[in-house]
Amino acid sequence: MTGLTIHELGAAYRRGETTPTQVVAAYLARIERLDARVGAYLTVTREAALRAAAAADARHRAGTPLGPLDGVPLAVKDVLCTRGVRTTCGSKILERFVPPYDATAVERLAAAGAVLLGKTNMDEFAMGSSTEHSAFRPTKNPWDLARVPGGSSGGSAAAVAGDLAAGAFGTDTGGSVRQPAAFCGVVGLKPTYGRVSRYGLVAFASSLDQIGPLGQDVRDAALLLGAVAGHDPRDATSVDAPVPDYAAALDGGVRGLRVGVPREYFIEGMDPEVGRAVREAVETLRGLGATVEDVSLPTTDYGIAVYYVIAPAEASSNLARYDGVKYGLRVGGAKDLIEMSSRTRAAGFGAEVKRRIMLGTYALSAGYHDAYYGRAQKVRTLVRRDFARAFERVDLLVGPTTPNVAFRLGEKEDPLAMYLNDVFTVPTSLAGLPAVSVRCGFSAAGLPIGLQLIGRAFDEPTILRAAHAYERATSWLARRPSLA
Amino acid sequence: MSATVGTGWEVVIGLEVHAQLLTRSKMFCGCPAAFGAAPNSRTCPVCQGMPGVLPVVNRRAIELAIRTALAFDCRVNEACRFARKHYYYPDMPKNFQISQYEEPLAEEGVLEIDAEGASRPIGIQRLHLEEDVGKLVHEGTLETARASLVDYNRSGVPLMETVSKPDLRSPEEAAAYLKSFRAVLVYLGVCDGNMEEGSLRCDANVSLRPRGATELGTKVEIKNLNSFRNVQHALEFEVTRQRRALEAGERVAQETRLWDADRALTRSMRSKEFAHDYRYFPEPDLVPLTIARAWVEEIRAGLPELPRRRRQRFVAQHGLPPYDAEVLTQSRALADYFEAAVREFPQPKTVSNWVMSELLRVLPADDERAIQGAPITPARLGGLLALIEDGTISGKIAKDVFEKMFRTGDDARAIVAREGLTQVADEGALAAIVDQVMARNPKAIEDYKKGKTAAAKALVGQVMKATGGKANPGIVNRLLEEKLSKT
Repeated sequence: MTGLTIHELGAAYRRGETTPTQVVAAYLARIERLDARVGAYLTVTREAALRAAAAADARHRAGTPLGPLDGVPLAVKDVLCTRGVRTTCGSKILERFVPPYDATAVERLAAAGAVLLGKTNMDEFAMGSSTEHSAFRPTKNPWDLARVPGGSSGGSAAAVAGDLAAGAFGTDTGGSVRQPAAFCGVVGLKPTYGRVSRYGLVAFASSLDQIGPLGQDVRDAALLLGAVAGHDPRDATSVDAPVPDYAAALDGGVRGLRVGVPREYFIEGMDPEVGRAVREAVETLRGLGATVEDVSLPTTDYGIAVYYVIAPAEASSNLARYDGVKYGLRVGGAKDLIEMSSRTRAAGFGAEVKRRIMLGTYALSAGYHDAYYGRAQKVRTLVRRDFARAFERVDLLVGPTTPNVAFRLGEKEDPLAMYLNDVFTVPTSLAGLPAVSVRCGFSAAGLPIGLQLIGRAFDEPTILRAAHAYERATSWLARRPSLA
Repeated sequence: MSATVGTGWEVVIGLEVHAQLLTRSKMFCGCPAAFGAAPNSRTCPVCQGMPGVLPVVNRRAIELAIRTALAFDCRVNEACRFARKHYYYPDMPKNFQISQYEEPLAEEGVLEIDAEGASRPIGIQRLHLEEDVGKLVHEGTLETARASLVDYNRSGVPLMETVSKPDLRSPEEAAAYLKSFRAVLVYLGVCDGNMEEGSLRCDANVSLRPRGATELGTKVEIKNLNSFRNVQHALEFEVTRQRRALEAGERVAQETRLWDADRALTRSMRSKEFAHDYRYFPEPDLVPLTIARAWVEEIRAGLPELPRRRRQRFVAQHGLPPYDAEVLTQSRALADYFEAAVREFPQPKTVSNWVMSELLRVLPADDERAIQGAPITPARLGGLLALIEDGTISGKIAKDVFEKMFRTGDDARAIVAREGLTQVADEGALAAIVDQVMARNPKAIEDYKKGKTAAAKALVGQVMKATGGKANPGIVNRLLEEKLSKT
């Protein structure tokens, strides 16, 4: 009963072949049996899930389901606030934090009838690309438990890949949905900045953070996006633009679409298996009727440098509130206020978070502000212009999601090596553009490879349509990890 | 007396004034912004700085700030932006304050102050919006408290910061600036101006330089100036302190000092080396604010006339002496009262006399609420004056009626009718009384005939007395004159 896509589940419910309660119970049982090995979840909301499933049962019985997500069991990254359910952000400092409010996305999922199975593991405060920086435990890649699932939304990606949830949500700041999607062989979409409300998403880097879906196939991702997208008066950066029917826009193929292949996305040192799989995928799209063009994004090289100034600068500000005064961890025994906050932050934050707070504080400091933060903002504008220029000639861009497949736990101890994993995902985040990662093959070792499709702002329909056409023309989804 | 009069030093002062705006809700969330209420009862996840919440700008706060900016003739920028200002303090739940930095709402304005009888323009450098912080409550004093509590009710209340140019040249001028500033804000209805409750707070930057010098001296910032008196006293103290230091050949240290009103001195709070690095950067949770020109013009059209212009108009339009105009424009409510009464009774000087001598004897001129709620409405004052005008009552009786109106809230005509105060204007009746009075006072008539015209006044007084003050003085005068000339 687990392992069906969301649209298949919906059909099964409609036909009365199964019920939300049966499906949710099956997922809960599977989580109980297997998650000790995968480590996808930090909190499982069993009772609430069964209650929500029963309510969905009644709606389906009455023939009045709320929509395609009614009764669908989902997992949500532990960075999205859930009323009455602890929200840790993978950090000791929020280990016991229980928000009195729901994130807008969580609220909208509940309104669509989705059933929350639990909160998924992540790199602390979404800072990392392997989920090894969770303060609680690492998550393993269901394709190979010795390997990382990617990050920071590693728990959500592993949950979908390991059939521990029918679908999931993560957040993407510099690739944190797309990179784990690629590593776990699922579909992961980062929407246009402003498409999904950030209210209740615990901020890492406010100008980059977006909530995005992870699904088993493109149609699932489209259904999940449709449920959370749209303007929210509580988020001033959410855009008041109509939300298209993403699932309805999937068909139509790629004939006539102009596909650009950025030459900077094939670099020295990347895994040749990845390069080969992506080039084959481009040929598949050409075979389906797309025209293919070489394009150039000359600022690609600067993406990581710019990102590692702007994101930590914003993080140093966003994380200043965790001081032991109001909520979360407080280390006692201090003689004064400064000592209380210092001790709390020293004990509550992990090494990677501290590193980024220091980087960001430095970048914003008097005397360095212009050289770092100011300069980074200027280059960010250049990155945006690169994409704008490319999109004058093509309708979408296609390239690898990551330069390599999932690496082993503990393999990338050098922070810089870890940061470089995001080289192809960061520029899109800086430009605020939508991008989706889909499975496009396997390495010799049997690890999935991700293909990234990047679109114009608010043009999720085009990249989803192309991804869908590609998915249907290939049979990569047939292979599944064997967690048993 | 200015602390540098007759010395070789020139005082340079600039003021930063923080005003709480009279909005219903807070700057970035929907919580009520009003003062008071049980600790933390007017808070929500946004103004408590909880994880994941986002600010949303209060449009009304922007409107009130634009209104103020226009009143000071500031340039309202077409786009402005919020920025984060960072420092750690537990009264600030996010450990940063959303403020404005490089792109403020408005710049380059002017406030006219009256200094030593003359008017002087003081430049306004910038006007911007920010959020207020919460309040710490210590068990005992800050130094000895075993624990401190935080009340976030005030956290997020809209604050408007207005920074003057360093144009003020004495502590008196600084106090005059603050007074004018407060009057304008209260006039505009953007702030209640209550300094005791902290609705209006003031910091000052002060430095000295040799007279004639163009470069500024080292400035010291003084905080905690929460009354007009404190502003003047703190600055006087500080000017003297700096002058003595300079005259002793010492350097003035750049620092922040705190005014201690109890001990009447300023003391060092932090030196330049320990100055905060606020690490400003644009608030990424808010998009840059575009201020539509049409909106600005709409706000401008709705601006009330400001005290200064109104004073000038009272002289020009109503023909009032400058002194009257000044008294009547002390508050918007009083000026409104005066003009409403003039509409009822179009003799401005008479209305002015009554407002100044009678109304202000019982109500303070700057108490907006008391004036607005005065038991004698402008229409009723007009009615009273009309009764004098048409001869129904005399001016003397009218003063008694005024008092009764104030006490009872009744209409003048009703009081006059009830108490039988109507003037006696019946010539036949008055002629008989005049005859009686003349018959009883042959001596006065003799005096009058010898040319002592004052004797006639005594006779008028007698007639008035005989009628209980109700005789129409004009008729009495005429009758007496006629009869005296015939004898």
